[in-house]
Amino acid sequence: MTTVTAYGDPLGPRGRRRALIASVVGGLVLLGLLAIAIGKFASAGQLDGERWDELLSTDGAQAFWRGLRATLKAAAAAVALSVTVGTVMALGRLSQRRVVRALAGTYVQLFRALPSLLLILFGFFGLPALGIDVSKYWALVIGLTLYNSAIFAEVIRAGVLSLPRGQAEAAYAVGMTRGQAQRLVVLPQAVSRMLPSLVAQGVVVLKDTSYGFVIGYEELLRTGQFAGESTASLLQAYLIVAIVYVAVCFALSQLARWLEGRQARRYGHAAVVAPGVEDLAVVQR
Amino acid sequence: MQLSTVTDNLDVYLEGFVGTLKLTALGATGSLVLGTVLATMRVSPVPSLRAGATVYVEILRNCPLPVLAVLLAFGLPKLGPPIQGLSFFTWAVLAIALYHAAFVCEALRSGVNSVATGQGEAARSLGLTFGQTMSLVVLPQAFRTVVPPLGNILIALTKNSAVAATIDVTDITNQTEFVINDTVDPLAALAGAAFFYLLLTLPTGLLVGRLERRTAFSR
Repeated sequence: MTTVTAYGDPLGPRGRRRALIASVVGGLVLLGLLAIAIGKFASAGQLDGERWDELLSTDGAQAFWRGLRATLKAAAAAVALSVTVGTVMALGRLSQRRVVRALAGTYVQLFRALPSLLLILFGFFGLPALGIDVSKYWALVIGLTLYNSAIFAEVIRAGVLSLPRGQAEAAYAVGMTRGQAQRLVVLPQAVSRMLPSLVAQGVVVLKDTSYGFVIGYEELLRTGQFAGESTASLLQAYLIVAIVYVAVCFALSQLARWLEGRQARRYGHAAVVAPGVEDLAVVQR
Repeated sequence: MQLSTVTDNLDVYLEGFVGTLKLTALGATGSLVLGTVLATMRVSPVPSLRAGATVYVEILRNCPLPVLAVLLAFGLPKLGPPIQGLSFFTWAVLAIALYHAAFVCEALRSGVNSVATGQGEAARSLGLTFGQTMSLVVLPQAFRTVVPPLGNILIALTKNSAVAATIDVTDITNQTEFVINDTVDPLAALAGAAFFYLLLTLPTGLLVGRLERRTAFSR
């Protein structure tokens, strides 16, 4: 890859020399900042072996693994439920009946405008007040579902709208009912088109499960807090939690990016992006 | 579920509302400044700066905001003074700003990349200097494309400021937890919180939607 300037011109010999000098200086500055940070950790005694040993021992690792499993379990359930409810809401917003459209529209507009933490608190405090007793796990899953189903609904709706009208018309022409056409022809294509966005939003769900520690669900962050407090090395425990989260989410983000690239090759254009609905999960090129 | 739960605690909610506004304003300003610096690094022809900004974006984008907030507020003070002295409010603003800067950077970067290279080439062939090319041709077009994504980030940031509640900083969500404990009427208390969040997110959403349509037509 030739180095180019911001607007696409290849650099000349003088520009290349300047870029090289700037690169060395900039690299030294960045490494210097990193060194200062590590030095600060070391001088505060936070890099000492005994602060890490217990956390990284077999018992410690098992605790983190339990936490990660609880996190993944809640995230998987929340994604499955959100996609299901989201599909129903997307179809509702595309319905021919005005009442159904209005109801589904209100649901989507309301829940995507609220913080997911507030909806998790609703699952934890609100549902029992309504006479529905749920475990912490379900409080978290339901809270996440309320928020993310609204987002998934918008993603799937954008996918349906991006299809050529001819798809549904062809289905009617061979005698399918509206329901059959949606279920057998339109939805499968919409979901496959939106797959990169769906996976990217899955990363948001996974990240948001960490709010579960507020209501005491023992996911990764909560486990890290316990481990850190019992070994008096809180900073180290939180660092491990952060590293695990970043690793898992990074892998999923890369999957979304790869799917997006495949999509672009297959259809000859970039994947459909639902304007503004993908939260902070937009797959950037 | 009683309306008085909200009306009796209006002062509590208002205090939280002001807290959320402060967190949002400071967090948005911070993320805009840091995001611009990062975006400049990512489109620069300097490999080491590009790599540094890329690493920053990939880590922060994939780190859950509550994890970041807790790591900063409860973890970093273990490094001793002067870091120890920072208030939880400062940590909340820092977490929000650092996290969203990664998204701001990406929005700005794809905005600059969205301007066709032919635009820059045409400007150069007319004899415009680098500064003129950027300020008269590239940046005005890039600005158009980044306004809607930046607006969406602002809405997300407003909602995400609820993370402050996880480290016990006064905001709408945190105050709501007080009201829930005080009144034993969680449904009304949560509805009150929802009202105050909608007061912030719905108008911003309408504004961004309008901007989005306007830029879509003008292309």
